[in-house]
Amino acid sequence: MEEAVALKAEAGDDALVLAGGQSLIPLLALRLASPALLVDLNRIEGMASIRREDGWLRVGAMTRHREVEEVGGLGEEVPILVDAVPLIGHRAIRNRGTVGGSIAHADPAAEWPGLALALDATVEAVGSRGTRSIAAEEFFLAPFTNALEPDELVREIRFRVPGPGSGTAFVEHSRRHGDFALVGAAAVVHVANDGKVSSARISLIGIGGTAVRAPDGERVLEGGSLTDADVEAAAAACLATVDPPSSVHGSSAYRRHLVGVMVGRALRLARDRARAA
Amino acid sequence: MSAIEITLEVNGDPVVGSAEPRTTLADFLREVAGLTGTHLGCEHGVCGSCTILLDGRSVRSCLVLAVQAAGRSVRTVEGLAGPGGELHPLQEAFSELHGLQCGFCTPGFLMTAVELLEERPSPDEREVREALAGNLCRCTGYVNIVNAVLLAADRMREP
Repeated sequence: MEEAVALKAEAGDDALVLAGGQSLIPLLALRLASPALLVDLNRIEGMASIRREDGWLRVGAMTRHREVEEVGGLGEEVPILVDAVPLIGHRAIRNRGTVGGSIAHADPAAEWPGLALALDATVEAVGSRGTRSIAAEEFFLAPFTNALEPDELVREIRFRVPGPGSGTAFVEHSRRHGDFALVGAAAVVHVANDGKVSSARISLIGIGGTAVRAPDGERVLEGGSLTDADVEAAAAACLATVDPPSSVHGSSAYRRHLVGVMVGRALRLARDRARAA
Repeated sequence: MSAIEITLEVNGDPVVGSAEPRTTLADFLREVAGLTGTHLGCEHGVCGSCTILLDGRSVRSCLVLAVQAAGRSVRTVEGLAGPGGELHPLQEAFSELHGLQCGFCTPGFLMTAVELLEERPSPDEREVREALAGNLCRCTGYVNIVNAVLLAADRMREP
């Protein structure tokens, strides 16, 4: 990893980091990127691992999506990952693509950035001046633009495992299985012993420049008891704050409609899981 | 950029050749290894025609660089038939049920289906459709392809 950092530091923006290559190699093929140097992380030891530690799920940057799917027991702890990861591309993409690559690529419609926001993740970066932690909320700056310095790489992503009394869920809508989501919503709710919501996090993908949290929707839920009316109010609050772009796959109005539907579904699923836990 | 000498295993045999860092594994297989069964459709990871198995897992060989496969094990459509040329059950089923017309996409479908059936010997139709969703066919329209995979699964389960 030191060598990779040194190469990246020396070449700066002339170098691009190659992780799973499922986004970068198409960009190269289409000549949308033509770096002087590719720094391939695939043979660096120890960058692909999944560890549970002190309430965190620590995922090495070079962990393939498929390896996350294969971890045992995630369904009980973080069902949101079991919901979301199979929706990433197709099987051949998940066999090769990496968690860290998806985070660093910062595609506004990709699942991992939305999951990172919902699970209060930190991105562990390593650069020529050492390591630093970047909160997910400060990491995604603009479409395909992250907060890394030119000499930095993503080393690991730490997702906070929601504790007892919590429920998590991810849902998305796409035209065909495996396509990028038109809109996706992640929900993480904590329900206290009195049945009231002690905290709620909602994130959205596919609605603009980056994955985003939806604080207006979260506020509606806090202190309430997640009734269907609360869920509807939160969904309405979320869709009131978004202004998604139109594309050939769906108009802005349709995507706004989907925001309400997806948030509602994610919250109901998260609620039911919190109650069943 | 100068070429790099690499050795990899393809369908059980070692292949030695040189590749520039920019050369995709798909191009290496076709042009250096001479295995033109792996087809290149879109060359940017959308169509699935170039799907192969890399260390037993399906990948799009247009999205892997040849130098990244050094020391690894590759399986292509040429590795499916038996030593006497007898077809793999998937190939038999595709042939019988007309799971192909022009055949361009077929190698990618076959390799994707090989991985599916090795992991899930009894998939239902929905699982087959989901597994094949990353492969595009512009002739037959998938129905016969799905039926062929289900038929091959039945036969491969029989002792």
